[in-house]
Amino acid sequence: MSLKFVIVAGTPSSGKTSVMLHVIRHILTDKIKVAACKIDCLETTDNIRYGRLGIPIAVGLSDYLCPDHFYVANLEEIWRWAEKQNAELVILETAGLCHRCAPALKDCLSICIIDNLSGLDTPKKVGPMLSTADIIAITKGDMVSQAEREVFHQQVQNINPDARVIAINGLTGRGSLRLKNEIMKSQPLETITGQTLRCSMPAAVCSYCAGEMIVGSTYQMGNIKKVDFGRAE
Amino acid sequence: MLKKISVLGGNDKNGIPETIRRLDIQKEEVLAVVGPTGSGKTQLISDIEQYANADTPTCRSILINDLPVNAEDEELISQHLVAEVSQKMNFIIDSSVEEFISRHAKIRAIENIEKVKTDILAVANELTGEPIYSTDNLTQLSGGQARALMVADVALISNAPVVVIDEIENAGIDRLKALEILTGHGKAVLIVTHDPALALLAERRLVMKNGGMYKLHRTNTEEKTLMEKLLTIEKKTARLRDYIRSGGSIDKNNNNEEGETLWQEYMYIPR
Repeated sequence: MSLKFVIVAGTPSSGKTSVMLHVIRHILTDKIKVAACKIDCLETTDNIRYGRLGIPIAVGLSDYLCPDHFYVANLEEIWRWAEKQNAELVILETAGLCHRCAPALKDCLSICIIDNLSGLDTPKKVGPMLSTADIIAITKGDMVSQAEREVFHQQVQNINPDARVIAINGLTGRGSLRLKNEIMKSQPLETITGQTLRCSMPAAVCSYCAGEMIVGSTYQMGNIKKVDFGRAE
Repeated sequence: MLKKISVLGGNDKNGIPETIRRLDIQKEEVLAVVGPTGSGKTQLISDIEQYANADTPTCRSILINDLPVNAEDEELISQHLVAEVSQKMNFIIDSSVEEFISRHAKIRAIENIEKVKTDILAVANELTGEPIYSTDNLTQLSGGQARALMVADVALISNAPVVVIDEIENAGIDRLKALEILTGHGKAVLIVTHDPALALLAERRLVMKNGGMYKLHRTNTEEKTLMEKLLTIEKKTARLRDYIRSGGSIDKNNNNEEGETLWQEYMYIPR
């Protein structure tokens, strides 16, 4: 069975869900079966928002794990769940917490959502989530000046020159049609097994990952990295 | 080069074909878009901005210079058609006016940055009564100053051929002059407004109703005369504001113009 598998990441509170709700509404008018899955950390209410569209929705909470590692370890399961829902298109929204998230897969359409209010240097800071995305949607343009929009747009394009950059208003849905068209143009996959990440995940295997709570070198094991104070920032 | 944008009519919110079947907007033209909240003003702008091709909820299509837009034409689609100035917008960057103008000018590959800096400040200062200095911090500008700077920046640096003015208040900015400057730089200007003075400043106004383009009026002589009157009232109100702000008071013994006309015209409630 073939399925369009779309990965949505973005900075916290950038409007990922709001944007995707508008996009899904456009897609549903074409009578295409959409399912959505939200990966979050501790809690989410986004399933209720997706649920209002009347589409199948699944939620995965990573709890004590890094949400990205949790996400990649569950891709096959999410694929199988979407197949069971008879979906033709699945929207997988990730948590977007640390700025080292790298959820993009080589053959899946990857969307990064970032907002104008996050500051002009944010595109540089967010790393692979933005630099490896196929499409970057910039939200909250209604709150800043035209000049700032244009400069922010350019900052984003400098970090990822190949991405298509779209301005979207998450509240009104303005701009969401173009994102829908881009999604519809993407190629479906036959299977997710064997797909490759575009960038390695943030590494995290130390004693704190395993539940250690006390501060101090003697309590630290595994993948430990220390601040280099000799480096001028 | 953009000479004309056309909107081919689609449907209103009930799926009934809208009354206006074709709307042409010329370069250097000012068109007002009026209608109650929810009448479809924002959707119309959105259709234009997204180069709608019978694929939005309104089923409208956009023509550029009489030609349909090819969805595969990435270069055209990624180009900004619409720039905006609205009352809701704010500068959020902690930077001086001067630094920010050069940053914006650089991404547009403008060569003479010093000249554009001077020009923008001159234009912005023409529009606002409170002087803006190049060393001022963007976030500290007053509403009027910020709007003036946004208009100057859109006219001189932004390369979008269409400018949408979404409800700018008259406080602290000369709106008539702002429109002259924008059209003078070859822009087509759409004013989305509830303000009668602003609506009548435009040569034509489009009335929206229930999501559809409902009527198109050409501003007639009577309306232009009325608009002049409204602008005079605005100027007087502005003067009154300055007068009160700078310590003036209004009473019968004070034989000044503010006392004579303004108090009677605007503050006096007839029995």
